[in-house]
Amino acid sequence: MIKFFLMVNKQGQTRLSKYYEHVDINKRTLLETEVIKSCLSRSNEQCSFIEYKDFKLIYRQYAALFIVVGVNDTENEMAIYEFIHNFVEVLDEYFSRVEPIDELPKICSALEPQQACFSPDSSSFKGAASTTPIY
Amino acid sequence: MLNRKGRRWGADACVVGFSGGGVGAEFGDPLRERMVVPSLKLQDLIEEIRGAKTQAQEREVIQKECAHIRASFRDGDPVHRHRQLAKLLYVHMLGYPAHFGQMECLKLIASSRFTDKRVGYLGAMLLLDERHDAHLLITNSIKNDLSQGIQPVQGLALCTLSTMGSAEMCRDLAPEVEKLLLQPSPYVRKKAILTAVHMIRKVPELSSVFLPPCAQLLHERHHGILLGTITLITELCERSPAALRHFRKVVPQLVHILRTLVTMGYSTEHSISGVSDPFLQVQILRLLRILGRNHEESSETMNDLLAQVATNTDTSRNAGNAVLFETVLTIMDIRSAAGLRVLAVNILGRFLLNSDRNIRYVALTSLLRLVQSDHSAVQRHRPTVVECLRETDASLSRRALELSLALVNSSNVRAMMQELQAFLESCPPDLRADCASGILLAAERFAPTKRWHIDTILHVLTTAGTHVRDDAVANLTQLIGGAQELHAYSVRRLYNALAEDISQQPLVQVAAWCIGEYGDLLLAGNCEEIEPLQVDEEEVLALLEKVLQSHMSLPATRGYALTALMKLSTRLCGDNKAAILEKMPLVERDGPQADEEAKESKEAAQLSEAAPVPTEPQASQLLDLLDLLDGASGDVQHPPPLDPSPGGALIHLLDLPCVPPPPAPIPDLKVFEREGVQLNLSFIRPPENPALLLITVTATNFSEGDVTHFICQAAVPKSLQLQLQAPSGNTVPARGGLPITQLFRILNPNKAPLRLKLRLTYDHFHQSVQEIFEVNNLPVESWQ
Repeated sequence: MIKFFLMVNKQGQTRLSKYYEHVDINKRTLLETEVIKSCLSRSNEQCSFIEYKDFKLIYRQYAALFIVVGVNDTENEMAIYEFIHNFVEVLDEYFSRVEPIDELPKICSALEPQQACFSPDSSSFKGAASTTPIY
Repeated sequence: MLNRKGRRWGADACVVGFSGGGVGAEFGDPLRERMVVPSLKLQDLIEEIRGAKTQAQEREVIQKECAHIRASFRDGDPVHRHRQLAKLLYVHMLGYPAHFGQMECLKLIASSRFTDKRVGYLGAMLLLDERHDAHLLITNSIKNDLSQGIQPVQGLALCTLSTMGSAEMCRDLAPEVEKLLLQPSPYVRKKAILTAVHMIRKVPELSSVFLPPCAQLLHERHHGILLGTITLITELCERSPAALRHFRKVVPQLVHILRTLVTMGYSTEHSISGVSDPFLQVQILRLLRILGRNHEESSETMNDLLAQVATNTDTSRNAGNAVLFETVLTIMDIRSAAGLRVLAVNILGRFLLNSDRNIRYVALTSLLRLVQSDHSAVQRHRPTVVECLRETDASLSRRALELSLALVNSSNVRAMMQELQAFLESCPPDLRADCASGILLAAERFAPTKRWHIDTILHVLTTAGTHVRDDAVANLTQLIGGAQELHAYSVRRLYNALAEDISQQPLVQVAAWCIGEYGDLLLAGNCEEIEPLQVDEEEVLALLEKVLQSHMSLPATRGYALTALMKLSTRLCGDNKAAILEKMPLVERDGPQADEEAKESKEAAQLSEAAPVPTEPQASQLLDLLDLLDGASGDVQHPPPLDPSPGGALIHLLDLPCVPPPPAPIPDLKVFEREGVQLNLSFIRPPENPALLLITVTATNFSEGDVTHFICQAAVPKSLQLQLQAPSGNTVPARGGLPITQLFRILNPNKAPLRLKLRLTYDHFHQSVQEIFEVNNLPVESWQ
């Protein structure tokens, strides 16, 4: 089950965060800082799966942006890895070009309602978010 | 499904669009003219926040904006409410409090404009949750929206419900959702299915509502619906065994769907990197795993399919590998055929050789799960696993370490230990403790020789001494103590190690103890296993003094060093300061692998040390207990645990008075008779302690009168030690009544000839009798 979904830039600023289990707001910032710290400290050749407390973190880097998904033990890590890439492709399709710096706030606000079809299960989210036409 | 060739979406407003639309309405309204600053568009706010150079500046901007937003909410402006809320949500996402927006969400949801509803539902998802009572207020709005029949609105409502629906809301709205499950439009249906998943998680009783439609939903062609349905079925099966049995019937259908997916050619809609809909495949495989677990029939149905998936999937890209991985997990979990399991292990082996680290990581994780059940299959991949130890990647090396430790067995222990020790030297600090304890455990279990074992522990202590567990010191001292032939070797090695480095506390402690114990061997200088080294007394003493005075030494270490110095003072100078500083006999250890009875006896020994009063189980009963355990477990440590106790101290405490110990071959002796009162002596020499003699004095009365106030005292020559236990009583009733027994314990370490003088006083026939006599004819076996 996906616990959270984060998009964070290299400076550590959160661009998008979506939590599927309730986490207190002050704990969120702490969590995000720690998560991004562990992702930033890894080099290119290292594997994309990190164990952090009782989550597994699966991250993928796109230019200056990190997309991090926190899951629990039952998930297939490689499927989530694929899913992250799929999500980015969706973003890319939806907006003609994805430029992490500028587009992201617009993306996050606009997509949220559609992304609202996130259900805690990753593949289902995939099934829901990708059919996004409103009409 | 998403069409990657660029089908453009309908002209739905993105934020730039709808926030721009609000501007025109502002001017001309007299109320608005009061506002000095027109409300910011979301985009502008974002730019302002981005423009802030420091955290403090950002906070300032946000606080100012929040004040505006609050004012706007108070004024109750319906036109801009959605924009204000959108800004508030953005601010919330950055981590600032936004609870005052909750009621606005409700108002927006209730409005009829789609743009309002949209932001309102979004706000509800982010700001409201079960813990605030306000969330129940949107139940009605959701209900209305669900029954309205406008798809986007229904979609929004379903999404919100599935994200933050509480148990009460779920119960209220379950019928609505159920109706939507069977609607024609796939867009709404798949969202309804996902909402059902959430509802079942919150309110398990609703499973009965959502179970019947599943079978029908499985027949759909639309992948989104299929995906949702599979998730729903998975959730149902995980929650209730009855549902599990019910859904075993659909295994053939699932197999069919998966087979179609696998054999289907390229389809633009569903293909990712050449694999058609890997997400659906993975989900089906997961469901098959749940259904096939512990169930022969379902597992058999799946066998062919799993083999087919495993062989046909294209593994050049990650998507294919993800499916393959899930297949392997499924094969491992169900009752698969042996050939299939071998196939799974081989796939994992192939993964291990892959250059992509992600794949190696998942392979190592799965092999760890397999190592318990298919140990020999995993052993084949041992060399590759050991290779992975050398990885620089922290996640990989951790997994490789765990797996390597699990793979150590008696045949490969030397090679593996070498690898692991090399790893210990270079591994990152957080893995050191695990590695060190793993090595020590494995060494304990599989050590081929004692010397190797000592060497290994020594190596671990020198490399990672600060990370070992606390009982490592005790274990090592125990081990060295027990290995008689290796004393000289160990003390030499430890001395060398200590001379080089006195900072690793466990090593220093062990070394100090060893030098204290076997200092004479160290100074004797000859040991065939290491090259001879001449060590003087002064060097040894100087080293110990250095340890004592070093500021790196813990108090415990200083204690060890002091004791060692004390011991050396007797050994080296030749004084025999007697028993205190004699070489310590081997103390039973309380380690985790001590056998049951060793532990029990140690506890018994400890108990008896603490309480010299005879309350412990009697010696004979303890021995009987041992026999029982002997019979039960095949693998028992002889000698009897009473054996190694130091000196006679423990033994004579354990040998307790109340019941006479098992009979010995020494014949009894009648020493006294007078007027029907007899005194008998019976002798026991316990085999485990040759210096000890136990004499049981029995006083019997065959006369017509009672014997009362009976006291028996004894004396022995000075070279023997005598201890009298309390008698069983001091009255012997007449005519063969219950005799009095008393136990004498005589320690005769020098095997001096035994002489015994007895003094009896008692009352008999109203006369007081006193007798003093020496016992003659004591059997020779009692003291030789």
